[in-house]
Amino acid sequence: MRFGMGQQRITRAECAHVAALARLELTDEELDRFTGQLDELLDHVAEVEALDLEALPPTMHALPIANLLRPDTPGEVLDRGEVLAQAPFAEEGQFRVPPVLGEAP
Amino acid sequence: MSDEAQTIPGLGAPDDTEWETVVGLEVHAELATATKLFSASPNRFGGEPNTHIDPVSLGLPGSLPVLNEKAVELAIRVGLALNCRIQPSVFARKNYFYPDMPKDFQISQYDQPINVDGWLELPSGKRVGIERAHLEEDTGKTVHIGGGGRIHEAGYSLVDYNRAGVPLIEIVGHPELRSAEEARQYVSELRSILVAVGASDGKMEEGSLRVDCNVSVRPTGSDRLGTRCEIKNVNSLRSLGRAVEYEARRQIDLLTSGQAIEQQTRHWNEDDGRTHALRSKEEDYDYRYFPEPDLLPLNPSTEWVEQIRHALPSLPRDRRLGLAEAAPSVDVDHIALAVERSMDELALAAISGGGAPERVMTHIVQNLADGSGELAPESLAELVGMEEAGDLTATQAKKVLAVLVEGGGSPQDAAQTLGFEAMDTGELESLVDSLIAEHAEEWSRFCDGDAKLTGFFVGQVMKATKGRADGKAVTQLLNSRRG
Repeated sequence: MRFGMGQQRITRAECAHVAALARLELTDEELDRFTGQLDELLDHVAEVEALDLEALPPTMHALPIANLLRPDTPGEVLDRGEVLAQAPFAEEGQFRVPPVLGEAP
Repeated sequence: MSDEAQTIPGLGAPDDTEWETVVGLEVHAELATATKLFSASPNRFGGEPNTHIDPVSLGLPGSLPVLNEKAVELAIRVGLALNCRIQPSVFARKNYFYPDMPKDFQISQYDQPINVDGWLELPSGKRVGIERAHLEEDTGKTVHIGGGGRIHEAGYSLVDYNRAGVPLIEIVGHPELRSAEEARQYVSELRSILVAVGASDGKMEEGSLRVDCNVSVRPTGSDRLGTRCEIKNVNSLRSLGRAVEYEARRQIDLLTSGQAIEQQTRHWNEDDGRTHALRSKEEDYDYRYFPEPDLLPLNPSTEWVEQIRHALPSLPRDRRLGLAEAAPSVDVDHIALAVERSMDELALAAISGGGAPERVMTHIVQNLADGSGELAPESLAELVGMEEAGDLTATQAKKVLAVLVEGGGSPQDAAQTLGFEAMDTGELESLVDSLIAEHAEEWSRFCDGDAKLTGFFVGQVMKATKGRADGKAVTQLLNSRRG
């Protein structure tokens, strides 16, 4: 069941906001295209939502397994020199990045 | 910041009885595992920068996280100790851009955390609700390097990923604390529990225990919550108390002067004793949480949870009850302190070995703040016995105790080495008599009832015996000589 075709589920402005949160720079043409694509996706979600699924257990993951655990045993670490050699900038054994002031968000 | 200019830091607790402080705490504790939450590089404090790193903790393309079994076990221990319900859980990505997480997201638990709906009991008996206690990974450390004083040079930052991926448990309490002191008690109790169950070393100074506090105020008697501010950078119990007091005071001052509280994240500055605005609610980040596709759901079996429950050690609350039963006349604060210092076992052993509970506890509270070292419980019991028998004065006992803490051994031997053999009654009597004869004028004033002279004579005896005499025995002797 489709809720009235043409009724938008996501606006162009919302799409632009989501893109900004993901640090994506979109052209006007891309913004139009992705807004349309996201709208179709949400239409599909609405179709699933309209089904009566009370009797089905919720799906927590696409794979039907759980509890994949690893023993707490130390393994190999990477060589710092090799890693830092691949970083754009390094100093005193650390990654050098543009200034960050204040705390992490 | 005109609001801050009006308040003086370092004020005591807000004394306004018209206002009530409401505090809710979020505590992050690093779990005491050998390796990281999702990879096998070591979880160890310090170390040369970027030496505890692997593809997963650096977020390298193609690397995949695998959950650490021990971290899950420790999280369940914490959940059980906090009376939580252990439930099936999933991990989520918390997306943000900041160089402390190279993959641009932190793996955390969001809408389905492992532990929910618990409580913690303060030493006062008050229960504080726990909303959730979930697993997540820690971030790397960034250090800002200044730009040499020139404004156009903004400097840069250095990043160390040793801490990135270290397992954390975040414990979110309900806003049910009502003062700075209660907030301190809550964190202190929580820390004791985390240490007792072996989940964390609880070291606030090394950042393995971190506290964010939500503070609001409201008119006393109101059941509505006021607008809250979240305070970050609280690095000790002392700072926690100060930060809550300052923030409550700031909010009360704003409200009583007719201004509104803005919902903000604020930074505690230890040096000036104030909180400073970091960002407002409008700037609050949209983290775009979504389920982490690279990790499978976690659904601990009932057998595993029960196995962990049965292996749990005795919790601070039960240990306090046990010690209070053995030392019923001792102050509850002293009982709590002994448990906090993990000296309740020593106290219980000394008491069951025949030591008078009050004296045993006095030594634990007053003289063993730096640990019990080599002191054996039976030696503590024996030392207390010697005090009871009048063989040692309190001052002498303290000195003997220091020797036992340092190198063990028996209190008899230590007292002898220190020359603290009990004075013979006859020796003390003849000393007092000769002092009376020597200081006839002072003696007659003492006999006339001048109480100050008691101190004079006791002092003379102590001087002559180099502190070996028991002050109480001397006073008794003086009084009996007066007749």
